[in-house]
Amino acid sequence: MRDYSTRPYALGGLGIALLLWGSTWGLLFAPREAYMGDVQRIMYVHVPTAWNAMLALTFAFACALFFLLRGGWEWDARLEAAIEVGVVLSTLLCMQGAIWAKPTWGVWWDWDPRLTTMAVLLFAFGGILALRQFVDDPVKRAVWSAVAVVIAYVDVPIVYFSVKWWNSLHQMQSSPETVSRAFHWPLRINAFGVLLLVAGLIDLRTRLAALRREGELAAPPVVAERATPAPIGAAGGTP
Amino acid sequence: MSALAAALRKDLLLQWRTRAQVVAIFVFGASALLLFSFAIGPHAAALRQHAAGFLWLALLLSSTLALAESFQSEMEHRALEGLLLLPADARALYYGKAIANALQLTLLGVALVPVMVVLYDAGTARLPALLGIIVLGSAGLSAPGTLYAAMTAQARARQTLLPLLLFPLVVPVLLAAVKATSLLILGDPMGQIRSWAVLLVSFNAIYWSLCGLLFERVVED
Repeated sequence: MRDYSTRPYALGGLGIALLLWGSTWGLLFAPREAYMGDVQRIMYVHVPTAWNAMLALTFAFACALFFLLRGGWEWDARLEAAIEVGVVLSTLLCMQGAIWAKPTWGVWWDWDPRLTTMAVLLFAFGGILALRQFVDDPVKRAVWSAVAVVIAYVDVPIVYFSVKWWNSLHQMQSSPETVSRAFHWPLRINAFGVLLLVAGLIDLRTRLAALRREGELAAPPVVAERATPAPIGAAGGTP
Repeated sequence: MSALAAALRKDLLLQWRTRAQVVAIFVFGASALLLFSFAIGPHAAALRQHAAGFLWLALLLSSTLALAESFQSEMEHRALEGLLLLPADARALYYGKAIANALQLTLLGVALVPVMVVLYDAGTARLPALLGIIVLGSAGLSAPGTLYAAMTAQARARQTLLPLLLFPLVVPVLLAAVKATSLLILGDPMGQIRSWAVLLVSFNAIYWSLCGLLFERVVED
């Protein structure tokens, strides 16, 4: 069933509007941070990106479980959308992190548990996107990527704790509880802005994936012949 | 249980019959160890410091060859389809192959240790502990590796895909195994080896059960 609703555009548009509002507030009107100065203002996009990247990948995990346990092509389409948006957000997150780290810690990269876990997640889910590209059979592609998502997601806490034992230096996570009151509102507005934008993107990408799958499953004549053998005695069929 | 024994026997026999392949993979691992030392230069202390890391990287690189090969033979003449038609649980097939792969990687790891000792002067007197870490690390590589090899053997660009999927996943195995091995070589005044071994055991417990559950979905058609 084709879905032509304007929901993804409405979600995305609202998300962009909130992001503009929150970022303008954060960049121009929120007070300067005492130690880091203006550099700290990247927090208003960095922290919402981090939350939503985890959320998108968690949604991918949920889609994978639903697909494996219940089946249904809609879960495969959602899985594809969630992995892709999650990988884009994780890439942005690592880049923003590096930009923030250089002036504050003096290095682009640090082997901190959260940073390293995010990088590992980025490569794990990027690998799953590659797997999807290299499997032609839509059924195998769907099952394998769902299995790979479950395996990769279960690894997250193990990677986190193993890197934590190995090394650490990251500042405490920024959240409305750990940052000063003056920074709350732009952070919250941006968090919801990114959330809505991500929801809109996943929605739109799901629709695209579903359309592609529809095209693939409406098999061309040659494949259809192989997949469903003609009944004995059918026109032209030699049993 | 008898299905598992039969599957394991089949895979071990297959490895024995293609032992030239195993030797070739060992030579690959040993040459990787030789090449790593050129990255550091002829500094005995620095080489000794990094010996554990090099050993596990060599084993990890060799493991992708060994794992891919283990399913390649099942793809020939559609052997996998034949195996799945047998009245045996797909899980028995998975565990047979995963155990055979873990044994092969353990053997490979044990064979690479003397090369490491000679090249990097990185020996240890605690050989049973080192063997334990090699067994746990090999098992940790083999559990998800065998499952991924089952997928990638049937996909295009399989040589690229297997490491792409496996490497990020086994970061905890690599970390824990390198740390533990390094502590064995350089000394362990704080008694930390135990906690790294516990991490390896937990990774193995999680992935040996999870991959066993998921394997059936991967090979079913």
